[in-house]
This record gives sequence, structure tokens and C-alpha cells, in this order.
Amino acid sequence: MAAAVRTAVLAASKGIYAQWAPVLRRPFCVSASLQHQITSNQGDAARADGVFKVTMIPGDGVGPELMTAVKEVFKAGDVPVEFEEFHLSEVQNMASDEKLEEVLSSMKKNRVALKGKIYTPMEYKGELASFEMRLRRKLDLFANVVHVNSLPGYKTRHNNLDLVIIREQTEGEYSSLEHESVTGVIECLKIITREKSRRIAKFAFDYATKKSRSKVTAVHKANIMKLGDGLFLQSCQEVAQLYPKIKYETMIIDNCCMQLVQNPYQFDVLVMPNLYGNIIDNLAAGLVGGAGVVPGESYSAEYAVFETGARHPFAQAVGRNIANPTAMLLSSANMLRHLNLEYHSSLISEAVRRVIKSGKVRTRDMGGYCTTSDLVKSVIDNLHPLHQR
Amino acid sequence: MSPSSSMLMMSKLLKPVFLQSRVVNLAQVLGVPFSSQHGKTVFTSQIIPPPARYGGRHTVTMIPGDGIGPELLLNVRELFRFSCVPVDFEVVNVNSSLTEEDDINNAITAIRRNGVALKGNIETNHTMPPSHKSRNNLLRTSLDLYANVIHCRSMPGLQTRHKDIDIIIIRENTEGEYSSLEHESVPGVVESLKIITKSNSLRIAEYAFKLAREQGRKKVTAVHKANIMKLGDGLFLQCCKEVAAGYPDITFENMIVDNTTMQLVSRPNQFDVMVMPNLYGNVVSNVCAGLVGGPGLVPGANYGRDYAVFETATRNTGKSIASKNIANPTAMLLASCMMLDHLRLHDYATLIRNAIFRTMNETRMHTPDVGGLATTSEVVQSIVKLIQENSLHRQTVV
Repeated sequence: MAAAVRTAVLAASKGIYAQWAPVLRRPFCVSASLQHQITSNQGDAARADGVFKVTMIPGDGVGPELMTAVKEVFKAGDVPVEFEEFHLSEVQNMASDEKLEEVLSSMKKNRVALKGKIYTPMEYKGELASFEMRLRRKLDLFANVVHVNSLPGYKTRHNNLDLVIIREQTEGEYSSLEHESVTGVIECLKIITREKSRRIAKFAFDYATKKSRSKVTAVHKANIMKLGDGLFLQSCQEVAQLYPKIKYETMIIDNCCMQLVQNPYQFDVLVMPNLYGNIIDNLAAGLVGGAGVVPGESYSAEYAVFETGARHPFAQAVGRNIANPTAMLLSSANMLRHLNLEYHSSLISEAVRRVIKSGKVRTRDMGGYCTTSDLVKSVIDNLHPLHQR
Repeated sequence: MSPSSSMLMMSKLLKPVFLQSRVVNLAQVLGVPFSSQHGKTVFTSQIIPPPARYGGRHTVTMIPGDGIGPELLLNVRELFRFSCVPVDFEVVNVNSSLTEEDDINNAITAIRRNGVALKGNIETNHTMPPSHKSRNNLLRTSLDLYANVIHCRSMPGLQTRHKDIDIIIIRENTEGEYSSLEHESVPGVVESLKIITKSNSLRIAEYAFKLAREQGRKKVTAVHKANIMKLGDGLFLQCCKEVAAGYPDITFENMIVDNTTMQLVSRPNQFDVMVMPNLYGNVVSNVCAGLVGGPGLVPGANYGRDYAVFETATRNTGKSIASKNIANPTAMLLASCMMLDHLRLHDYATLIRNAIFRTMNETRMHTPDVGGLATTSEVVQSIVKLIQENSLHRQTVV
């Protein structure tokens, strides 16, 4: 009986959709006021007439709290996004192959995810690859992008910074290939392939083209690893020829670290293999205020995962309501832009920027005294500043 | 085994491993022109990077061109934005009044990195010195876009002389009369070289038959002038015959070009799929476009092994009606749908295409070129409205 009703409803929603459109069109998460805009055919909001499904993986530590923040802001902003939540954690015994499969099949459908950090325990339990890594490999999320951008109004050691770090994250030192060749001697294999190096180099240049940036710097250690990093460098060099309008430079990793803390303004887009990228991501995030304020994203050809720039679970803050939701909120705004929801994207990112700029509401890591929920509330109040007047 | 069939077998054997640069070099030695004839960049056949597609979003090169090109492409962008199509455009402008080739080289490199382009036609100035080559032709030959595919189909909502026309025209796009090889051997005597090669003819014939089979077509007609150009067009015809032998389920016919044009205007329904060398293709595609309602209706696609460029079928700039808001947007919009199909975004392609056809055939919103009174923007608005009613994302809501 119930099944029959469901099929009838489905048929109604699909078949005679056109006639019922005014009634059935509005999903629950789109407000009636927005609906009014749709029917009166106004501007940007007119496209936001359907629901986008997005996979959500809160992860460990403060991840779930940040996700709650995002959900609250989305609700207040009438964002037409529906989340499918999957709890995956190695420390809370919530990780299994079935769970991973569930996440993957959800990703295959939705293609876009918002994700916290899944904590990886240090000790070795017979499996070299963490769940985080397995997820990344299964989805082939080869490119990690961290846009390090100073937030106006928040003073740090370096201000007005604007650089992009692009990291290959499927090979290199993260190959999970380690073995004890002779007792007491461990070999870790670092793998560099031409195909993947070209792919990440092309990603970097494509990103630079799309965001109209002028320079790409390849970071390497080819003076020591002449063949491995040499291949990476050669691949970047080859791809650079396809982009005559973008300047191409190279820099050795140690020097790059020094230059970043001394004079970070010389950089524009940086592209590098896995481990260097990990270090530079964190270093650069530190330059503009730490893990709480820098958003990040990972891409494969098919999928896009949005996360924080420096990936830490921040487990010591769980339940204390002190985590900084800025990074995750900015990341979710980037996600909305990826989904073609320009209007909602700028709604949220601008609200966050306004709150930071006004300087009244700040979490502890930014030198303030406010809680996570204070900041979220303030962002929500700033979504529509015009209405307040 | 005849040398020709061994050549064919060779190319089949090589196909799966083409990405390895060594093998491609071998193919070059064998005389298959896979590298660019224009080749200034190192990036020709050795490295084919993956197209720019990240997180499911594609980047496509957009070359606005001259005349009505820019406004038509603006319409495409607007429509894509409304339908939430995951495609970003990289706009590359080509200035047709300059003699340097920098602009067009930039455009070609941009297509090399994105893999796909949507393009308006670039004006070719006839008063320029002979060294000035057509930018459009340069682009096609450099990227080796060998197959020009045009699908002419009657629209039920339009009054035309003939009804129910459904012809696919496949035109060889890189050689023949368009070789740009002309010289004055003796004062007062100019020789234009028409080049027909076996490999290119086999390639285009193979493409035509494959497409015919994929689309479930029954007949392929090769158009030629082998009674006069016995060797050149003869070779083309022979190659078509050879390939046809491998497709016993598809009828093969051949027809001389002058007769073809006559048949087309008197009994167009006898044709199904047509394959021909470059210049005949140019003439025949214009005739066919005229049969179904004119240059504003028919989209065209240029496919190569690695790249694809989409434009209007008749490749005219439409300078006289530029920026008057009366150009027919249908051809370019349908071309953008072909592009979406090429990118495997079939859902979006169908959504937009249906809206275009409904505007044309049910709403009957027509621009002046097909006997209507509507402006370009009115037609686009009507399409947008239909898309909004059928938005893809709305269907997921229950």
C-alpha cells in the first residue's frame, strides 16, 4: 500500500510535473520569499530553484561542530543544498569497508562533498593506508588547493597575502609502500610518475588561467632527488609551454620555506609534490592566522571535496565550543560557487568577511573571547545586513 | 595482402598505444600527419595532456570571432548559467585585422590545453597579402580537425520548400583545395594545388561509416568529381569503397558533385549520410543548410583525434546583422548542445536542446531570417523560460 502511494507520488512528480509545478516546485529548504523571487523572475536567485545534494563527512575532533555551524548558516541563508551525512572515524570504531563503500557510492551520485578531517592514529595496525588516504585514492582526488588569503581586518604578521598552493596528493611519499628489506633497515618508497606530475602541473596552470593569475612556481628538491623530483620538474616545464602568458619559475623547497616567511608576496601560484605540499600548506596557513581561517579543496576529474586548508581534527577542543568555524564556512561558500550557486556563495563568504572585519566577534585562536556559536550567530545576523537597517 | 590494407591494419594496431610518443613518431615516419603542420610549440603529438576537467567542471575555450559571433556566444553563456551547466569558458579573442599570427596561435594553444572550443567565425580579409592565411583554416589544420560534421534536419515549425530532411554531411576538413598551396609558375599562370591523400581519405571514410553505424543510418553517399579528376578524386572514391567493404550493413553509393547539388534541391529526401572532400563539402553543406531554413539554424562540429571545435555549420560572420539584435541564435545554441554531448553532459544537452526545439516549433518564436518578427533576446528569453520549467535539479525533489 505504502509502496503504491510512493509510486503514485513519484509518477505525479515526474509525469505531470509541469501542471503541478507551482505547488511541487519549491523544496522545503527554499524559503517562500525566495520562491516569490523565482516566480517574479529576478536576478541571481532565479536559478536556485532546485536542491543540490552534497555528501557530508564530518570526521573527527571539531569536524561535527563545524558542520553544525555550516548547516545553521545554510538554513539561515536559505541555501538549496541537502546534506547526506556519513560518520567515518578510525578512532571511534566507525570506520569499516562497508562505511567507505557507502560514502563512495554517495559521492558517485553527488560528486561534491564537504568534509572534516578523519584522524589517523600514529600506531601501525597492519594497514599502511589510512581511511583518509583510501578515500582520496578511491576518488582519485589528485589536486589539493589551498588559497591563502588574508582576511581584511584581521591583523597577522603578514597582511594582504594572496597566494595559492597546489599539491599533488595521490603519490610521492604517501605511496604507503614501506618495507623492512633487512632487519633494522626500512625503505619508504617515494613514487613520482610522469603522468601524475603532468596532470598536477596542468591543473596548476589551468587554475592560474581560470583565476587570471600571472605566475606559477614549481617547488621541488631536484638537486638531491635528481631523478624523482627531476621528473616532476621536467613535467612542469613541458606543461608550462602550453601557457605562454603565465610566467613559470622553480624553487627548491628549503629556500621556498624561508622565502615564504620572509617575503611571501613574491609568490602567486605554487605547485608541488605531496609531502612538500603538506608542509607548505600548513606553513602558509600559519602566515594568515592558522588552521581556523584558511579553506581548502581537493579535486579529481569527476569529484570535488571541500575541507579546511590545514587539515587537523583539533581533538582537544571537542565540546568546548571554541573551534573557529571561519575556514569551514568559507570552504562551504567555495562549494556553493562550484555548484553554480553564486548568489548564496557570496552571501555567506561576504557575511563571514564582514564579521571578521568588524572585529567584534572573534574566537580564541584569533585573539578574541567568543565561542563558536557566537561567531555563527554573528555570521547569520550579517547574512542580510540591509534588512537590519 | 595489398599495401593499402596492410596500412589500414597497421593503423588499427597502433591505435591503442598512440599516447606513447615513440609510436607516434613511428606513425609520422609512416606518413600519417599527426603532428601539427603549424607546429611552433613542442606540444604536438608527443604530449596530449588531459583536458581541463576538475571536480566535474569543464573548461572550454571560447573564441568570439567577428560579426554576430560575440553576441551569439553571450547568449550561450547566459543559457549555460541559467541551466547550471558545469562548464567554465576561457575567452580568447582573435583580432582579424592584424597580420601577425600571435592571436590565432594563442587560441590554438588554448584549445590544446582545454581540448574543446566553441567558436564564432573569424573574418578573413581578401585584401590581405597572399601570405595571410584564413585564421579559421589555420586553426582547423593545426589541430588536425579532420572531420566536419553537419546535421541538417527540418524543423516542423518552419515553412520550407522541402519537409522531413534529415541529412548528416561529413566533410574532410584539412586537405583538398584548402591546402593553401598556390603559386605563379609562369607569369599569368597560377597553379592551386588540390591535395588528396590516401591516409586522410581513409580516415574520413572510416569516420563517416562509423558515425552512420552508431546513429543507425542506412546509407552513405560519397560525393566526388572523379570523372574529371580521375586520380585525385579517384583516390578518394577508392578509399571510400575500401572502407565500405567493412560495413556490409550500410549501403554505399557515390554521386558526382554537380548532380548531387541538383538532386539535393529537387529530391533531398533520398540522402542519408554524405561524405566528401573539402570544397564539395563546403558547397553541399551550404545547400543543405539553405534547404532546412538558412544559416541561422544549423550547427556544425569539427572533430579531430584529440580536439573538437564547435561552430555554426555555414561559418559566416553575419557582419551585416551584427549588434542589431536580430541574429538567429539557434545554430550557435545547438552547437553548444553538441559540445555538451561531446563532454558527456547529455542531460544538460537534452534540456537545452528540447527548449530550443520547443521555442522553434511550439512557441514559434522566430527571428526575421526565418520569417518571424522576434529579436534575438526574445528568442533566448523564451528558451530560458522553458529551461526554468524543466530545470534538471528540480527533478530530484520529491
